[in-house]
Amino acid sequence: MFGYYLIIAFIIGIVLMLNRNRVVRILLLGLFLAMQTAITIYAYFHLNETNTIYFKFDALGVIFMCVLTLLSYTTIYHSFVYLQHRADSSRSQSIYFAALIILIIVMTCAYLASYLGVMWVFIELTTLSVAVLIYHERTPLSLEATWKYVFICSIGITITFIGIILLSIAIQETEITNFSFKAIPDQLLHVSASWLKMIFLFMIVGFCTKMGLFPMHTAAIDAHTVAPPPISAFISTTLMNVGFISIFRTYSMFAHTSILPWMNMILFLCGLISIIVSAAYLLKVNHLKRMSAYSSIEHMGIAAIGIASGGIGYFAAIFHMILHSFVKAGVFYQIDQFHRNFRTYMINETGNYFKRNLPGAMVFLLLLIAITAMPPSGLFVTEFWIFKALFKSGHFFILVLALFFLSIAMYSLAKNFLYILFNQTKDLLPAEEKPNPTETYSQYILLALVFYLGINPPVGMINLIKDAVINLP
Amino acid sequence: MTNILLIAFAISLIYMGIANRLSTYINILAVQGIILFGVSFIELIQINTINLIFILFETIVFKTIAIPLFLNYVIKKNNIVREAEPFLPDFLSVVIITCIILGSFILSNIITGVHIQKMFFLVAISALLSGLFIIITRKKVVTHIMGYLVIENGVFILSLSTGNKMTMLVNAGITLDIFVSVLVLGVFVNRIGNTFEEMNVDNLANLKD
Repeated sequence: MFGYYLIIAFIIGIVLMLNRNRVVRILLLGLFLAMQTAITIYAYFHLNETNTIYFKFDALGVIFMCVLTLLSYTTIYHSFVYLQHRADSSRSQSIYFAALIILIIVMTCAYLASYLGVMWVFIELTTLSVAVLIYHERTPLSLEATWKYVFICSIGITITFIGIILLSIAIQETEITNFSFKAIPDQLLHVSASWLKMIFLFMIVGFCTKMGLFPMHTAAIDAHTVAPPPISAFISTTLMNVGFISIFRTYSMFAHTSILPWMNMILFLCGLISIIVSAAYLLKVNHLKRMSAYSSIEHMGIAAIGIASGGIGYFAAIFHMILHSFVKAGVFYQIDQFHRNFRTYMINETGNYFKRNLPGAMVFLLLLIAITAMPPSGLFVTEFWIFKALFKSGHFFILVLALFFLSIAMYSLAKNFLYILFNQTKDLLPAEEKPNPTETYSQYILLALVFYLGINPPVGMINLIKDAVINLP
Repeated sequence: MTNILLIAFAISLIYMGIANRLSTYINILAVQGIILFGVSFIELIQINTINLIFILFETIVFKTIAIPLFLNYVIKKNNIVREAEPFLPDFLSVVIITCIILGSFILSNIITGVHIQKMFFLVAISALLSGLFIIITRKKVVTHIMGYLVIENGVFILSLSTGNKMTMLVNAGITLDIFVSVLVLGVFVNRIGNTFEEMNVDNLANLKD
């Protein structure tokens, strides 16, 4: 089943690349979305089944696959809006959508891969397909960002590969060498601790490029800045989820060995330094998309701390990633509309958004509540659980530091968003076009999801997340 | 014999530290491809033929011929100055690369508990760190790709030390990865050459807060 999906979807991607007709393009995208939805539903009802040898519909993969499918709808819609306003040539639109479809397919594969090597290959492919999208605007700045993103991600993924080779050396003494996520943990039990630590370090450094955690977070920030806003929404949510899944799976592989406390310490460090770095940059940042990117880094830091603190932290970290995906996607969709209104991303050249575009401004205000994790935002619940897990595991020092820097980040976000919404001290040029309220509907839907899932999470979702963390200590 | 080849590889890393002209870098990369061919020929002679042919293809055709030609083309097309323009004096580069090799030597002797061929591990880790060092200290964008290729060579040596345990699929994946990334990076180097007059990292410093 999954094999058919892959073949047909790749064919759709190729036809999209060759096709120049607008109607055909819409039909093909519709067909692809229908297929993506169908395979997601199929996966949900065939949980824990292996499909097409290298893929498995396990709970963790299916959760993020659902998020991806939902965001595919909104991203494709907003891509249409974005491209229409830029009046791009039909050719560049074809390349854009083909790359977008390929990106969605390889991300789905990366979520569902049940072998380490297969996951690695698909993560590499996400880098290449997203590079085409980041470079869409063809400016010197986008060239710079794409170069940095491709280069740093390639090196990161190579470093991960060294980790995988070291892992294969470590387990080659066992009788059957098997690289599936299910079989690796048993084979690792007899490997010495120093070797395991080295493997873990190599793998985690590489995967951090995708998740945007501390040592390798810089590439993602620059990519956010220049990518088209709908693509920034993808980089910040589903692509970072790819990184999260890879780190989570790596962590699960090693979770039953003797290096668990040391691993937790490394993740605490990565997470905490990510929060500190993002808080420091948020204080001085003036570019709206960079601000949102740093806010993503901060949330990734929180999720890493959630994994490291154990207990309910695992559950909360996954839940946090889901909700963060919805919120951050909404932010970037609205930034696109914002940019068309002001013709700039610089915060200090804007203001009084409430007067200029009431529906959009309401979105920003609600997103501010959601993203700074104020109740009734769902993120409040997950962050509360993560801090509870930190408290229970006795890491008071990390708790205090994280809370302190989070409040700084919260202050900066609120200051900048409120400046955009209410500042009336500047004489601004009038908007060139009348804002279109229908473009904000997707953001209201995503916001409603965030608030609803926080208050009343459905049983099916809770069970999926529980199933994903069941093997962890 | 394997050890001699691996030592030759390590020496080529030191030579890269003092090389001044870009063509020297390319020649070193080609020589490294031949060395890798030698090592894999000796190590993997007993595994199945298809896999062997595949690996030999990867080292000789790809690493020794195709990539050097491609890099030469990129340099010619964009009129890149032939100097490598390092940020550090040559002497310091050599000292640092020597320290890297020494450090990898110590590291490979510290690690215990796993059966590993120390020589492979040592050279692979030195290649990784030297590649990163070259990327950090050279000014040109093309030299960054060369540093990346040195890292890839190190990875190749490390994967040889696992013998025939790595499956065909993974090998195919690696080759595809290197091929595509070099191609993509090359395309972007050309774009950078068209957009900016000089292709060095000073032009790539506009994205900041």
